[in-house]
Amino acid sequence: MAKITLRDLRHSYMENPAAPADYALKKLDVEWRDGGAYALLGPSGCGKTTLLNIISGLLIPSHGQVLFGERDVTKLPTEERNIAQVFQFPVVYDTMSVYDNLAFPLRNRGVPEAQVDKRVRTIAEMTDLTGMLKQRASGLTADGKQKISLGRGLVREDVNVIMFDEPLTVIDPHLKWLLRSKLKELHQRLGTTMIYVTHDQTEALTFADQVVVMKDGEVVQIGTPVELFERPHHTFVGHFIGSPGMNILPCAVKDGEVAVGQSRIEVDNAAALKGLSGTYELGVRPEFTRFANAGLPVSIAKVTETGRSRIVDTRFDGRSIKLLLEEGEQVPSESAFLAFDKKHSQVYGDGWLVE
Amino acid sequence: MRISKWLVPSLYILFLMLPIYWLVSMSFKTTNEILRGFSLFPQEFTLENYAKIFSDPTWYWGYINSLAYVSMNTVLSVAVALPAAYAFSRYRFLGDKHLFFWLLTNRMAPAAVFALPFLQLYSSIGLFDTYIAVALAHTLFNVPLAVWILEGFMSGVPKELDETAYVDGHSFPSFFFKIFLPTIAAGIGVAIFFCFMFSWVELLLAKTLTSVEAKPIAAVMTRTASTSGYELGLLAAAGTLTIIPGAIVIWFVRNYIAKGFALGRV
Amino acid sequence: MNKTVNQKAWFLVLPVIVLVAFNAIIPLMTVVNYSLQETFGDNTFFWSGVRWYEEILHSDRFWASLGRQLFFTFTILLIEVPLGVAIALTMPKKGPWVSVCLVLMSLPLLIPWNVVGAMWNIFALPDIGLLGYLLNAIGFDFNYTRQTGDAWFTLITMDVWHWTSLVVLLAYAGLVSIPDAYYQAALIDGASKWKIFRFIQLPKMKRVLTIAILLRFMDSFNIYTEPKVLTGGGPGNSTTLLSIDLDKIALGQFDLGPAGAMSLIYFLIILLTSWIFYTLMMRNEEQ
Repeated sequence: MAKITLRDLRHSYMENPAAPADYALKKLDVEWRDGGAYALLGPSGCGKTTLLNIISGLLIPSHGQVLFGERDVTKLPTEERNIAQVFQFPVVYDTMSVYDNLAFPLRNRGVPEAQVDKRVRTIAEMTDLTGMLKQRASGLTADGKQKISLGRGLVREDVNVIMFDEPLTVIDPHLKWLLRSKLKELHQRLGTTMIYVTHDQTEALTFADQVVVMKDGEVVQIGTPVELFERPHHTFVGHFIGSPGMNILPCAVKDGEVAVGQSRIEVDNAAALKGLSGTYELGVRPEFTRFANAGLPVSIAKVTETGRSRIVDTRFDGRSIKLLLEEGEQVPSESAFLAFDKKHSQVYGDGWLVE
Repeated sequence: MRISKWLVPSLYILFLMLPIYWLVSMSFKTTNEILRGFSLFPQEFTLENYAKIFSDPTWYWGYINSLAYVSMNTVLSVAVALPAAYAFSRYRFLGDKHLFFWLLTNRMAPAAVFALPFLQLYSSIGLFDTYIAVALAHTLFNVPLAVWILEGFMSGVPKELDETAYVDGHSFPSFFFKIFLPTIAAGIGVAIFFCFMFSWVELLLAKTLTSVEAKPIAAVMTRTASTSGYELGLLAAAGTLTIIPGAIVIWFVRNYIAKGFALGRV
Repeated sequence: MNKTVNQKAWFLVLPVIVLVAFNAIIPLMTVVNYSLQETFGDNTFFWSGVRWYEEILHSDRFWASLGRQLFFTFTILLIEVPLGVAIALTMPKKGPWVSVCLVLMSLPLLIPWNVVGAMWNIFALPDIGLLGYLLNAIGFDFNYTRQTGDAWFTLITMDVWHWTSLVVLLAYAGLVSIPDAYYQAALIDGASKWKIFRFIQLPKMKRVLTIAILLRFMDSFNIYTEPKVLTGGGPGNSTTLLSIDLDKIALGQFDLGPAGAMSLIYFLIILLTSWIFYTLMMRNEEQ
């Protein structure tokens, strides 16, 4: 088990990359402490699989270093890195029993059979596979097979990090939750570093202590789920995380004062805006938007029930601003005013939080 | 790449190329020279065999005819086999296992058994000596083969792929053509090539069902054995030319065959 | 795989059934018809029941041909299948050489079978053919037209040369279709090359190999043109395989009755063997 460091990491699939667009991964400096649960979150094509393959050793980066602890493993082959990986589609050895599947990594390394047996049974109990040990692996359902994949990763005690590449993709929706909880439970029990790659924010936010949000090969923000929610560093993070995502409105900044249309807005990062002027963007989450007696004038467009609460879609100047209504709160009949929670209103320039 | 890995395919290809070289060199010899004695290179290099083929309409029409019905057959066989293979791969239905095996049984009898009955059958529906007759007749053994090959590859694709695609919003045609078929590209490539190949080399039925209009090249070649003895040089030239269309077909499907299935993102 | 029950799947299979049945049923009925009748060549037929079947099954000639056929088929299967798989395993999977390999390997398959027979006929002749000449030059007394052993050697070599590529192509396509993730997982699990072959490659090629083996089995059992042109069944009748024998009987002697019966017997042998093999290979697939 070790700390994982990515230093000045860049990768291009091309021979002679010229422009930034040629890089699948732009400059990355990340440090993951030992034993944490991390998520790599981002839309398809953001480079998270590339990053995963670099860490696991299936890909050698064109620039930069990967360190496990103090050891430079950048060019080290996969089998020597002591990592484990669970893939998007279940990968099991069809002709072997569940027991033999779990025993495989240990037997390949010459572990004595008695120890193998003990370890396999421990892991089987942890992953709820004990009753199926004698069965042929090919006969299990998708979630069963993913558990076997997971088990094979856990069975070796010297594993540095376990990586998950969108592992719940083929799992039935009602089983996803179970498997997710199981992963979290296993992490707490074993303390192995786990990196979970996904494009699903729910999976990322419920699993990880820290989330790395990526877009177009760049790390946009690293933070705890709460930090990502409350203080997005980039409009992308605000938009991608949260359901519905953050409201983004064009605003005018004049000498540190922020205005949307005619209304002045108080924002959290006002200090950083002193002396700045121009067109920027205001970001406020629907959770921190409410109806008030004065503020931004809007018209009501639509009300949607989501079970827990209601999402009201309002319009200002052709733009959509959403807010959440608690139970019991009334929807104004025609038009209304919106107020924003100052602590959670931020101004963004060029997508990035102005700091 | 390690030397030992290169050695095996190289030796094999060498083994394959020797007789082919022999064939090609025979095509540039006169029949007399071939029969006279052993010579590694043509001592009297001649193009007369090829000249004969390119100038005689019966010869080049033979190629065109063969190409015509073989192409028709390949397209038909693979097109019809795709939905059937999908059904066998994904669904259980009454009699499915028996039906699957029955298909293959149609390849178990020698063509000779079908020659006479086919002649009677196709003549009776007025299709004697047409491309379509041979194309249809060849579906007897090509369709089962295509179904078997395609089913084999389709079964290697987990059903979860289908379901994930539907959850992502694909309609069945969109899923089938944009996601499913590319993952079994290797199987499709092989199926196309084999259908082409087995139809291309099939002699007996093609000869039986045609006379003038749709006479295949293989039938034209058997003429060389009767009229003026065994015209080996001519036969070799014709044989060499026969290789070319098939080589082109495999060139075209090479990317399908080599593509494989990278567990892609869905 | 968990297949769903769906009777409407019949519609997907219907075109295939129509085409194949159209071609198969009528000729089959004709053959059965002939096999149960006797004719004196003047187009009159008399019902003879199972007489032909009895005669054939009691004839030494039939059993001798069957024996030769079995020897031929099993020999070529033993050579072509492992060889084909071995070559597929060592062929490049990516890069410029892939296309070259694929094209060159498929060339023997494309040659019309009469040409294959004819070219090997010359190729192996001791005085005018490359192979025959070389073998004699090295010191072997090689003459396939006179010596049975040499004839068999030539026959088998010709078949291996002709058909191994079929196995290679199928095995290669099957190998290439294995998702990368399996190899990655094997790397992570520390599996050796042999274990990768045994636990990943071979199982994943099972269906494709079954097709290859069944195809070669059937086609070699029915093989006719190539050996006919190569040796004509000789020297003597030492390389007279089933189809050649059948041809002699049917066309040479116009015995449609015995010919029909023999055809059916061969067919049944192939059918039974294939069915057993297929069932054995596939018994683990269905749940």
